[in-house]
Amino acid sequence: MALDTDTVRRIARLARIHVDDGELAPLADELNNILGWIEQLDEVDTEGVAPMTSVVEMVQRLRADEVNDGDLQEDVLANAPDPADGFFTVPKVVE
Amino acid sequence: MSDASSTSEDDIPDHLVAHFTSRIGHNSADLIEGETGSWEIVIGMEVHAQVISESKLFSGASTEFGGAPNSHVSLVDAAMPGMLPVLNIAAVRQAVRTGLGLEAQINLRSVFDRKNYFYPDLPQGYQISQFSDPIVGEGRVTVDLADGESFEVGIVRIHLEQDAGKSIHDRHPTRTYIDLNRSGVALMEIVSKPDIRSGEEAAAYLAKLRSILRYLGTCDGNMQEGSMRADVNVSVRRPGEDLGTRCEIKNVNSLRSVREAVDYEARRQIEILEEGGEIDQETRLFDADRGETRSMRSKEEAHDYRYFPDPDLLPVEIDQAFVDEIKASLPELPDAKAQRFAADFGLNAYDAGVLVAERETSEFYEAVVDPDGAKRDPKIAANWLTGDFFRRLNADDLEIADSPVSAAQLGGLLDLIADGTISGKIAKDVFDEMFDTGKDAGDIVEAKGLKQISDSGEISAIVDQIIADNPDQADEYRGGNAKVAGWFTGQVMKATQGKANPQLVNELLKRKLGG
Repeated sequence: MALDTDTVRRIARLARIHVDDGELAPLADELNNILGWIEQLDEVDTEGVAPMTSVVEMVQRLRADEVNDGDLQEDVLANAPDPADGFFTVPKVVE
Repeated sequence: MSDASSTSEDDIPDHLVAHFTSRIGHNSADLIEGETGSWEIVIGMEVHAQVISESKLFSGASTEFGGAPNSHVSLVDAAMPGMLPVLNIAAVRQAVRTGLGLEAQINLRSVFDRKNYFYPDLPQGYQISQFSDPIVGEGRVTVDLADGESFEVGIVRIHLEQDAGKSIHDRHPTRTYIDLNRSGVALMEIVSKPDIRSGEEAAAYLAKLRSILRYLGTCDGNMQEGSMRADVNVSVRRPGEDLGTRCEIKNVNSLRSVREAVDYEARRQIEILEEGGEIDQETRLFDADRGETRSMRSKEEAHDYRYFPDPDLLPVEIDQAFVDEIKASLPELPDAKAQRFAADFGLNAYDAGVLVAERETSEFYEAVVDPDGAKRDPKIAANWLTGDFFRRLNADDLEIADSPVSAAQLGGLLDLIADGTISGKIAKDVFDEMFDTGKDAGDIVEAKGLKQISDSGEISAIVDQIIADNPDQADEYRGGNAKVAGWFTGQVMKATQGKANPQLVNELLKRKLGG
């Protein structure tokens, strides 16, 4: 598998990361190197081995249905650049 | 994703591809006539139902609707760095309960994935959802239509996911305001097979699903508050041919809108195809004010969601005992109840369907008909409930739980009709007064002297008087004009303020005039 510059441009756009055109080719090389290392894992015989979802052997713990959090409006908004009347605000999003 | 046909999507796992319809054949009444022949509409729906729970899917913040902006928000819901989601057992239980109510397969192992996209009301930059291993698999819903026919809609899957926050566009000319109170509330996404064939059927499916969820107590079904909303996938084809390219209409939030959106969208697609054009697979928005759908260009790129298992969450494993315990607690659901009403009370399918659609209505009806074995006429009770009673509830904009007339009081009124104390006509007036004042029927009849006159001597005297006062009309009747009989009945009723027993009046008139 090898990424071309168009794919890299698309991935960057989906991740909302700005990449100048001149940086696309070197970035593709870097990503291809990483993918190459990962592809080495294909050499391991995993026949009959269940996919690993976590490094710890346990299942999901469940929480009781209790309201014990919230009422933190000030904390929640503390880092927001332009809060107003208890809301976050962003440049207008129009459909 | 291929845009030629929804049946050839190689890049999506088999069980997620939408899903060959299991509905064979078509009702010719549902076909749409175009310029060049008839077309069949094919509809599949994704219904988002907000789970009834106290706290959110992955945090301990309240799910309560409303509240000061950003007050029902924990640092998990606001996606602060380092916060970890912890799964709410109530959401799991509700999803399983819903699956059982839709006769679906329950998956004892399911996995949460991240669905990646950017939107201001999604602070994480991804929605935690379930992709390849949902908690509920295939099931079915039987949908009833107004003409008494019914059809089955296959359920592909139900998965759990987080709701997003709310964007408010009308508070400021250049800014969008964001409230995260809804962010992280548990949703069930219920995905149907493309088994639906018209706007009418789509609305009926949504109504039936809503009814079942409300019986189960897993979603309140409040479409105005957004607790239930539907994404409607619409395509058209020539009858019997392969599925056409579909458009997805997002966030339709009323039964009426579902019907109108499907009808509009199908006509739009047929027009394009008949002019030799092609349908673009796209996301569209329904504008309820203008009754039309339009393209949502901004969502086009969002289709590449790059799902992957959420590394913050382990696979969910439940055991069969957990499922069985929920199964044992299921209530009698609308289909079973409608069958029982038909069998025990002799109601037709339509009346039974209307009475069981809301659990509260069905319970009220049973309390009227069969309180402690004191059986009342089930058909008369059904007519009163679906007639005058619903009329007043609608006129006064009341829910059945807030009715000023209790089931016992309505029963009392029916008893007075049954034993001849009042006529059916007077009963309607008495009912309105009961509704206005909350008084018992017997008290109103007593206080206002509304008792039916069934004394033939008393009525006889009145009839004699009216015949004597109106010799011309009497002659007309004797001359063969039977229509005048109705006029005489009216006169007697007028003279008795409607209290004369109408059967007795007719008998006496016939005897006295017929000579």
